Amino acid sequence: MSAVLFIFFVLAGLAVFGAAALILQSHPIHSALSLILVMLCLAGLYLLLGAEFVAAVQIIVYGGAVMVLFVFVIMLLNAGEEERTNFSKLASPFFGIPLALALGSLIAVALLRSTTQLPSPAAGGPLTSTRDLSKLLFSEFVYPFELTSFLILVAILGAIVLAQREHN
Amino acid sequence: MSAIAPYLFIIVPIIKILLLVFVVLTADAYLTWLERKVIAHIQVRWGPYRVGPHGLLQPLADGIKFILKEDPLPDGVDKKAYFFAPFLTLMLAVTSLGVIPFGPDITILGYKTNFGIADVNISLLALFAITALSVYGIALAGWGSNSKYSLLGGLRSSAQMISYELSLTLSVVGVLLMAGTLSLKEIVEHQFNPGIGFLGWNIIGFSADHAGFTQIIGCICFFISAIAETNRVPFDLPEAESELVAGFHTEYASMKFAMFFIGEYTAMIAVSSLSTILFFGGWLSPFPASWTWTHYLPSVLLIPFGLWVLFDGIRYETIFGRIVLPVLGSALTAAGAGLALYSPVNEIIQGPFWFFVKVFAALFFYIWMRGTLPRFRYDQLMDFGWKFLLPVSIANLVLTSAVILWRMHG
Repeated sequence: MSAVLFIFFVLAGLAVFGAAALILQSHPIHSALSLILVMLCLAGLYLLLGAEFVAAVQIIVYGGAVMVLFVFVIMLLNAGEEERTNFSKLASPFFGIPLALALGSLIAVALLRSTTQLPSPAAGGPLTSTRDLSKLLFSEFVYPFELTSFLILVAILGAIVLAQREHN
Repeated sequence: MSAIAPYLFIIVPIIKILLLVFVVLTADAYLTWLERKVIAHIQVRWGPYRVGPHGLLQPLADGIKFILKEDPLPDGVDKKAYFFAPFLTLMLAVTSLGVIPFGPDITILGYKTNFGIADVNISLLALFAITALSVYGIALAGWGSNSKYSLLGGLRSSAQMISYELSLTLSVVGVLLMAGTLSLKEIVEHQFNPGIGFLGWNIIGFSADHAGFTQIIGCICFFISAIAETNRVPFDLPEAESELVAGFHTEYASMKFAMFFIGEYTAMIAVSSLSTILFFGGWLSPFPASWTWTHYLPSVLLIPFGLWVLFDGIRYETIFGRIVLPVLGSALTAAGAGLALYSPVNEIIQGPFWFFVKVFAALFFYIWMRGTLPRFRYDQLMDFGWKFLLPVSIANLVLTSAVILWRMHG
């Protein structure tokens, strides 16, 4: 087994473990921490595919900014452990497990039936340079890029307006 | 040599990592000594003086004390978060030093290697990624301790770090525009202007390709944000003694507290190294490249320092000091003389010497600020970050890009 494959399995295993822990743990902060683990493992996987920039941005944006906000809000609200109610006891065997099985089998069927072979990632090959990526982003994809930033700006303004209304 | 040659790519990094961890932990210990000494002298006191000559063994005594102290577990803590937080803080702080180049590439015994652990293309982004994660250490410590002081300290610190991360990142973009790369090594190499020495550094900005612009605004913004990111005075709100006992690490004792402490000092070293690289030319000498006599500066400076230690040691108060200090002084003098005479080593230490001089100056500045400035009020801190520092760093970014565009087309 090559080193790259070994690292892939370690990271993938950790990511799956983190995702399972995210659902199974009852305390919101522990769930948030498990989600951070998943994000970091995904960043590692991107790095394995030769996408340095995407990996770093994955950690900065998702691992850093987004999840810090999650943790911050959970801490601020001082949310306690979730409790099992009568409804939640019924919900998992009658809705959760069947739906999860349905989704899982759907993905499994789609994966098994697909015949197209993905090109193998450049393992140990040349890395996608940040310069190439930014050139593409600011020439070919400049309109989608600018529109996305505009959308985010509008979202920020919306959040501020909503918060102000609450304040008054 | 040839038998281990295929494995050198894994052996050399391991040696480097062990060396770096050792050097950094020692540097942290003596940074606490330096801080106490400098602040003491600012406040017209003597500082540590009892343990060893000039208190030089104080860090060792502190270390032993940290290990031997009782480590109580407060009631009702969230065990996972409580135990994980100090490890995370220390781990991230030490990791961040792994991407910093301390000098130009060196060749030892015919093996060429970079002067640092990892030479990554995106080292600056990697560093920011690590900084982005370091909030968790403090936030988790504050939340996991089950104490209102810790929680308030942790909350304050998270808000503060999120706010100042923006201006920290934006103040660097000007440098990136000039260098056109995210690699710290290439950023330093870009500041190399053989004819004019330190005028080529980003803080002055006469770069060799004539497309530079002074980054003094960016540098000031970076340094202020960096102080806030490392939770140091005057931005040490997370551990404001008069309001929060000790903030996020109120409930920590013994080695776990020491890990926060070491983490903070390592983060200081990392941030000082980063500002050295980004704005003060990293390992570059401040003199023009043709002044080769300045290559003897490191060794020549070592000789008078050694002689001074020797002279001070002869009339020191305790017998122990009268033995240790002269020996130390003679060793330093001999090392200086040896370096001056043996030129291959003298050439190798040029880069690291200037790098460490600049980092030392930055660290001294940190300590100086702690000795001089009072603490901010929390709302002032937030106002300053969002309403002053962030707009100024954005303005610096716009100005720098305008100048670069104008120079490119004009």
